[in-house]
Amino acid sequence: MTKMTKYSMYTKMIWNALLRRRSRMLIALLAVAIGATVVSGLVTIYYDVPRQMGREFRSYGANLLLTPAGDQQVMMQNLVANATALLPSDKLIGIAPYLYDRIKLNEQPFLVAGTSFQAVKKVSPYWQIRGEWPADQSEDIVIGAEVAERLEIEPGQQVTLAVAGSEAEKKVKVAGILRTGGSEENFIFLDLTLLQQMLKKEGVISIAQVSITANETELNTLTQQIGEKVPGMEPRLVKQVTQSEQTVLGKLQALVYLVTIVVLLLTLICVATTMMAVVTERRKEIGLKKALGAENRSIIFEFLGEGLALGALGGLLGTVLGFFFAQAVSVNVFGRMISFQPLIALLALVVSIAVTGLACLVPVKIATEVEPAIVLRGE
Amino acid sequence: MSLLELHDVSMIYGSVKALQGIDLTVEKGEWLALMGPSGSGKTTLMNIIGCMDKASTGSIVLDGVDFTDVTAGNLTMLRRDKIGLVFQQFHLIPYLTAVENLMVAQYYHSMPDEQEALLALERVGLKERARHLPSQLSGGEQQRVCIARALINYPMLILADEPTGNLDETNAKLVLEFFQQLHREGHTIIMVTHDPKVAELAERCIVLEHGRIANRKDRRIVCREEEVS
Repeated sequence: MTKMTKYSMYTKMIWNALLRRRSRMLIALLAVAIGATVVSGLVTIYYDVPRQMGREFRSYGANLLLTPAGDQQVMMQNLVANATALLPSDKLIGIAPYLYDRIKLNEQPFLVAGTSFQAVKKVSPYWQIRGEWPADQSEDIVIGAEVAERLEIEPGQQVTLAVAGSEAEKKVKVAGILRTGGSEENFIFLDLTLLQQMLKKEGVISIAQVSITANETELNTLTQQIGEKVPGMEPRLVKQVTQSEQTVLGKLQALVYLVTIVVLLLTLICVATTMMAVVTERRKEIGLKKALGAENRSIIFEFLGEGLALGALGGLLGTVLGFFFAQAVSVNVFGRMISFQPLIALLALVVSIAVTGLACLVPVKIATEVEPAIVLRGE
Repeated sequence: MSLLELHDVSMIYGSVKALQGIDLTVEKGEWLALMGPSGSGKTTLMNIIGCMDKASTGSIVLDGVDFTDVTAGNLTMLRRDKIGLVFQQFHLIPYLTAVENLMVAQYYHSMPDEQEALLALERVGLKERARHLPSQLSGGEQQRVCIARALINYPMLILADEPTGNLDETNAKLVLEFFQQLHREGHTIIMVTHDPKVAELAERCIVLEHGRIANRKDRRIVCREEEVS
């Protein structure tokens, strides 16, 4: 029990004003906490949506094509490995090489594509196979639904493949029938190495489809790099996919941004109203403090101190709740967990304190206008 | 030199003359009672003497300092350093304990000192109640905390506005005994009261009527006149 510093008395006054006047302050605290919860949650989602949606969009197929440069119809397969080295491995979903040609199936000509089925599963997860996927390196094939319908072929059936102009035939099993709703249904798909051998085009491909989680700008940069560093290859963006992805993401982010602004404004109004009520019901206390010798500066510091402490407490509470809110949204909407972002937490805390401080400005100004004489007038 | 000198002090609010040509001198160690009906200008006069309001005209000198034309900031400083206030409605800060209420006055004046605040509470017989909130204290106890707060910064002048107005007879007696003790110790007191018996304890009484000093007599004469009327 000795002399205490002015600072510790100031702190004591602030905390007692908050803790011993719970009912009024709880309303303000709740307003700040709810605001901070929504803001922190939405900013987390805003930050995480491109990542989450990017992955979602990858289920719609490739967004980058690696094609032979100039008028060439084919390119060497090893060029793909050179291009892959330039792609960020953490964002790369998969690369599916394709060699296109014509082939006879049960003596009828069809379009054929040699590919890696494991890679196709990653790049084109929308493929629907009736039957089963062929094992990698196996001689089983997949045929498009249109082809299967025309030849009345069912999964598990044996068919004969033959290359035009060659006497050699190969008997293979149809592992599955493919449905995509697109041109793939007119194709026959078999293992790339097998087709290369049959066509005597070892090490050659027509195209490679790449699926990568990147926005339009990143994809443009990658395209430019590959074009420059891998001669003989011309990378192309699948514009439809990339642009629609950007449009949807942009709109979603704009919505989140707008809601965040509205919530901040509502928090500002709510805290300002509460602080205004606090000042009004404490006019006598302010008058008394002034009668005891408090300067306007002291009154400003005390009310701002209370406001900022409220902002910090509410912000802290809201930041924690906001993370769980964002987590719940992410799990329910995208089916994925999100990681805690310390920078967003710090941002939400700072914004809460700043908004509360801003909301206190008018009430604090009113507080300084209270005259000390009101304590004697008995108003 | 007198502690307080008011010369030709007037206070005008628009067309209302709350005080007119007040001349008043209060000596060091004097106990002055200020009486008068409601609206007579008692509160206005107390506000001016207590450095909480500025007079429209006239001069006011407190402890040798002329504060007729001082700024609002200097008025705050004068009030903090030289005046101790005791209120009819106590005006304790509800979320602070008794001792903290005293420390607030120290905080605005210079430096909070808990030990000294506890001693001040002990002096008014409330050391055991030091950690209680105002809502846990009786009216008499709250008034004693208010008096201790008024004294904590060693003021030149104690201004008391109806200090027994909200108290029962027992507590009023206790508080008045304490004022008598302060007077014996040499404190200068100006007390507003409606009660002639309280005014009788003062050395001198003045009566305000319509913003003017109506009576400036020896306390016995005034109090007797009040009792008769």
